[in-house]
Amino acid sequence: MSARSYIIDDRERKSFLLDREVLVSEEILRQEMAQIFARCWIYVGHASELRAPGDFRTRKVAGRPVIFCRDQGGAFHCLFNTCRHRGAIVCTQRDGNARRFMCIYHGWTYGNDGRLARVPGDDAYANGLDKESLALKRPARFEDYRGFWFMCLDPDAPALHEYLAHAKDYIDLVIDQSPSGQMEIIAGVQEYGVAANWKLMVENSVDDYHLPSTHSTWLNFMANSGVKIEPPKEEGLVLPTRGRAVELGNGHFTTDNVNFRGRPVAKWIPLYGEAARQEIDEIRAELVARLGAERAQRVADTNRNLVVFPNLVINDGSSVTVRTFYPEGAGRMHVTAWALGPVEETESARARRLDAFLTFYGPGGFATPDDVEALELVQQGLANWSDDRWSEMSRGMGKEGDQLNSDEHHLRIFWRRWNELMGA
Amino acid sequence: MTAQIAPQTLVTRAEVEDFLYREATLLDEWRLDEWQELLTDDASYYVPSNDQPQSDHHRALFLVADDRERIRQRVIRILDPNCHAEFPKSRTRRMISNVRILGIEGDLIAVAANFVCYRFRRYERIREYVGAYRYLLRREGDTFRIKERRVLIDAHELGALGSVSFIL
Repeated sequence: MSARSYIIDDRERKSFLLDREVLVSEEILRQEMAQIFARCWIYVGHASELRAPGDFRTRKVAGRPVIFCRDQGGAFHCLFNTCRHRGAIVCTQRDGNARRFMCIYHGWTYGNDGRLARVPGDDAYANGLDKESLALKRPARFEDYRGFWFMCLDPDAPALHEYLAHAKDYIDLVIDQSPSGQMEIIAGVQEYGVAANWKLMVENSVDDYHLPSTHSTWLNFMANSGVKIEPPKEEGLVLPTRGRAVELGNGHFTTDNVNFRGRPVAKWIPLYGEAARQEIDEIRAELVARLGAERAQRVADTNRNLVVFPNLVINDGSSVTVRTFYPEGAGRMHVTAWALGPVEETESARARRLDAFLTFYGPGGFATPDDVEALELVQQGLANWSDDRWSEMSRGMGKEGDQLNSDEHHLRIFWRRWNELMGA
Repeated sequence: MTAQIAPQTLVTRAEVEDFLYREATLLDEWRLDEWQELLTDDASYYVPSNDQPQSDHHRALFLVADDRERIRQRVIRILDPNCHAEFPKSRTRRMISNVRILGIEGDLIAVAANFVCYRFRRYERIREYVGAYRYLLRREGDTFRIKERRVLIDAHELGALGSVSFIL
């Protein structure tokens, strides 16, 4: 394969163009599976999803069926959900608690640490059966950062902590919502397909340029609910408040915005109702007492959409959502989204968090369906890619000082890293 | 809701069916202002997440968990041409069957029904939403109003259905 650049990154002329073939080509997707998804750390799940020894959840991670589980000693595992005998899925339940996973085809049975425990009729093998070597396979690496578990198929990859680079600081900021430093995935998962290339979701998750046009009905809803949305005052802004785009290393990046849309932790807006004021004041007082005024303000008065390269998004905005997605062909992706909250949250605060989530996020939210529509319209439009080849992504390029959330600096970070890993 | 057998003299399945068919027509024809007239002032509309059909929206993430005011805002939103997910509007057609009166308590009638809702958008494949409706209806004169409307989707995940950007 010859090295080929999929971007034209002309820093002198402050022009950045993206070859649209990368959003439509099945051949490029095959290369991505090898050079991106098989080399980067990919999010698997959160420690809070497995409370007790024996707990398991099955899911697809970057399209691969895995069992995310804890063994009898409580250790976390990520096992390929594929029988070593003939390849069948060995665990068919979505979640549960089990000591053993038995393949229904011939009855090969594995412990919840992956080792092969039982093979019916194992005396039929002439040289005996080396059960030790027939444990369920697993990704080469499986590590966590503060409860966020990732797998990596590349044995030579840097450690997760190193890979995450400054993205850790922004994960910390999310976790700081919790007095005990413990966040949990809340029950209820949103899983939906989008008829668009997976990389469009990366862009969309952090692209604040689109908010006024794509989400005007959400802005109306906020206004109808008593949330004043002022027109931008500063030159160059498209949003009511200032927001930055921040590079975090290894292709990770985030937006870091002064909040105008309310936050369950801990910025009251009329949408939450008068009755919520006192509790939100108390949540904020706890933040200030624990973290100091400055850090409390970072936690409560900013919202941040973080991308951990390549396919994990943590949006700490109207609520907190953990969202990951993987390609199902060049023109389709599968999205999984959860809500995240502090473990010690009161019932009323939890209910408010979940309600706030639905004001914006998810397939029935007041904003996400329009994001999905935008991405699907891009994918449909890209049928003309060979005659209209380049996407224009130069917004804000060469700007001095802070990069704005509504510019395309952070999208260029993604594409440069992607291009580099693809061998250009 | 206690599971009493509905006294036939009080409410008949035919009455309930007529009401649900009328509602389905209003939804399929996007006559959402008229649809809202079918709701009580304290109405709610829920679509639980596919993996948590029996859960409580205060404890689990739903797809939709609207109180009356949020329903009003949802209708404003989805009738707005800037609701891109529904402009141009989806064409929907819903089939309702297996209507059952589950019980009556005071002026509230618990009703279950099965549905298939087909959704069509230009250039897109058909989307088939299949599931169960659960209603709490309030008797009002010779008709009903909807106090609670709960939509349980049978699909294990929303998957290719994509979104619930219309009133399902």
